[in-house]
Amino acid sequence: MNANASAVRTYILTEIALLGLLALTICVAYLNLGLLNPIIAGAISVTSATLIILNFMHVRHSKPLLWIFVAAGFFWLGIMFALALSDFLTRHWR
Amino acid sequence: MSAVPMQAAPQYAPALQPTYLNVQRTIRSWLLTTDHKRIALLYMVSITFFFFVGGVAATLMRLELLTPRAELVTSETYNKLFTIHGVVMLWFFLIPSIPTVLGNFLVPLMIGARDVAFPRLNLASWYLFMVGGAFTLFSIITGGVDTGWTFYTPYSSTYSNGHVVAMAAGIFIAGFGSIATGLNFIVTVHTMRAPGLTWWRLPIFIWSLYTTSIILVLATPVLAITLALMALERIFGVGFFNPAIGGDPLLFQHLFWFYSHPAVYIMILPGMGVVSELIPCFSRRPLFGYKFVAVASVAIGVLGFLVWGHHMFVSSQSIYAGMIFSILSFMVSIPSAIKVFNWTATLYKGSIRFQTPMLYALFFIGLFTIGGLTGLFLACLAIDVHVHDTYFVIAHFHYIMVGGMVMAYLGGIHFWWPKITGRMYPELPAKLAALTVFLGFNLTFFPQFILGYLGMPRRYPVYAPEFQVLNVLSTAGASILAVGYLLPLTYLLWSLRYGRIATPNPWEATGLEWTTHSPPPKDNFETTPLVTAGAYKYDSQAAEAQREVAHV
Amino acid sequence: MSSSPTTPILAHQFEDATQQRDAATIGMWLFIATEILFFGGMFLGYTVYRYTYPQAFAEGSQHTLIWFGGTNAAVLLISSTTMALAVHAASENRRALLVSLLLGTASLGALFLVIKGFEYAHEVKENLLPGSSFHIVAAEPLKAEMFFYIYWLMTGFHALHVAIGVVLILIFAARAFFTNAFVNHDTPVDLLGLYWHFVDIVWVFLFPLLYLVDRHS
Repeated sequence: MNANASAVRTYILTEIALLGLLALTICVAYLNLGLLNPIIAGAISVTSATLIILNFMHVRHSKPLLWIFVAAGFFWLGIMFALALSDFLTRHWR
Repeated sequence: MSAVPMQAAPQYAPALQPTYLNVQRTIRSWLLTTDHKRIALLYMVSITFFFFVGGVAATLMRLELLTPRAELVTSETYNKLFTIHGVVMLWFFLIPSIPTVLGNFLVPLMIGARDVAFPRLNLASWYLFMVGGAFTLFSIITGGVDTGWTFYTPYSSTYSNGHVVAMAAGIFIAGFGSIATGLNFIVTVHTMRAPGLTWWRLPIFIWSLYTTSIILVLATPVLAITLALMALERIFGVGFFNPAIGGDPLLFQHLFWFYSHPAVYIMILPGMGVVSELIPCFSRRPLFGYKFVAVASVAIGVLGFLVWGHHMFVSSQSIYAGMIFSILSFMVSIPSAIKVFNWTATLYKGSIRFQTPMLYALFFIGLFTIGGLTGLFLACLAIDVHVHDTYFVIAHFHYIMVGGMVMAYLGGIHFWWPKITGRMYPELPAKLAALTVFLGFNLTFFPQFILGYLGMPRRYPVYAPEFQVLNVLSTAGASILAVGYLLPLTYLLWSLRYGRIATPNPWEATGLEWTTHSPPPKDNFETTPLVTAGAYKYDSQAAEAQREVAHV
Repeated sequence: MSSSPTTPILAHQFEDATQQRDAATIGMWLFIATEILFFGGMFLGYTVYRYTYPQAFAEGSQHTLIWFGGTNAAVLLISSTTMALAVHAASENRRALLVSLLLGTASLGALFLVIKGFEYAHEVKENLLPGSSFHIVAAEPLKAEMFFYIYWLMTGFHALHVAIGVVLILIFAARAFFTNAFVNHDTPVDLLGLYWHFVDIVWVFLFPLLYLVDRHS
């Protein structure tokens, strides 16, 4: 029963953190921080997603093999972004 | 046949229990089967049909190109013909070919499992493939599509008059079949290996298919969204790649080639896997540099994701991106060369038997090398500017895809035919057919290197008169090639009834699939095999000694 | 991780329950990887166009209804918690709790769709649906149309995933209520949970990208 209570507590704490991050990202959006705005918004999104993956999707307690599968999708997305942007970001260089 | 003594696997009596072929006999039992071996046969019949659909389109194109002017078909029909040929051959023959036929049949057998991890998903993938094929055939029959298999926007999304959406839908649906197959193989290889079968004991065929599956799973979704975006743009007249609202057609090309370049490796890696099985078996030597070949497979799969921009060198993409993609493209040649060298080193001092599968494997090595080396020309920015969109490119990728993959597919089909059907194919006609295919292939495509180098552009029904001689040679080669493809169809069907009964291991090959009956029972193995050694435990000295005895 | 030694349903191709469970989990994560790349194509397009037309994206974003989007973000986050609790209930074989948590999750998903529907209706009324009737007061109206095209596209695909999720959750709830399907066999519920959390993650990224671009100006 103890393990049960601790699992439920983890879910509730995660939820509170996620809602707090949501409020934070909305508030920060109303401050003019220039280039930092999208960076902070992105960092908050990544943090929230990580919380969901580790706790709700219980990857934290999964075998190492599963971590590879979790990472693979994001890694390949990174390849797509990096190489496609190597075109779009350098197209006007001379 | 230069007889291989049949002394293998004496522990098996002739199969008395039902095989996977005759355990049930109704049509229903085939259409609702979840047996990976039966699904492989469903795929085999389906892709053979699509191969001949694509082949007819190719034949008509080659006939048209006999003369410099458009006399047989109009330009518009010609556009539709090369679109049909490309779409059908790529998505409905080459991409499914080795993975879904030999892969479905062999992956569980080679790793000592009863079936793939998700048998019902496996069946679903065939149905998705067939529904996708039906959409594609519908769009062909009702008027065709003239965009080319690449569907470049804005032509496909705005101007083309064909059934672009139906054909894209067909590819979209068949794509989910590919994803299902790839997902199944990855999970199967990870979780279903027999006891003792560690990663470094896996046959290279499994390594190749594992890598292929990674590409299928991670690249195909991008094709799905790309085609969906193109179709949405076409349907609603406003969209993602539409320059009117600031859309960038090059974004389409980036997304398209993010899938379609790795797809090229879907079309060659399984062939490399087959050849890695054939070469050791028919030279009776362990595969040279096993670990290097295995890692090279994975390396090709991963590097294949990093090079797509070489299709866009002349598309006004950034020159800096072009340089990056050029360098990365050159890097793919490293693992590819490792494989070729290792196959060649395996042959060295081998006790080589020139049976049909081995002929195809040797053709593969030579033709793949030519295709790969000419690929380096194309990876070079400065040269690509000159030969881009010429017949040089056509010849290059046909050397990889037909000279490579189709040869490997035919080699594999012959090699595993006794396991699949329980019958031997007739050796003499098979050897003749292999030689015919090899001759016809080279006569068809080698002149195209010269044509492209001289500047003949692809995708036109008309050309300058001075190109006619080479085009006639190419068409002559294509007719020989057509005969070469029809021959196996004939004698393989003949062998189903009249072929010699196959023993469990007619080639004295290693590998778990040869330790069970031919054809295997429904659950593959009577008891789950226990693996204690690596793949390719061939004894070259014993083979040599045996040969000397035979010649005394 | 496999908490149930006596799993009743073992498919013929597997040796034991652990193998079956591992296969299913890896398979689901591979499916999620395909979804990441499916959405990834659209995220790449978003990135390229936002980089190219920063002003149009800022102006377009200010026309979105932030409180609708924000509420929906909270709704989905809460539904993720109820789903995580439902998976937990399934692993402990507490059927009544499982059914009610699944129904709660489905209701929150439905609430998301209702709110999204009102938002869409508002946008159609304001002529923010790309096409011939699109109209916006902005410095670069055509580029702002691209912003709204991406908005409709990505929220549309996401809403489709939410709708599929709601239907699946309802089917699971019915099976949990009427049959013993998930007794000592919670893997399917676990996989459903993974799907639902993935859908939530997509919105975690979509919300700031679509609703919060340069809100301060």
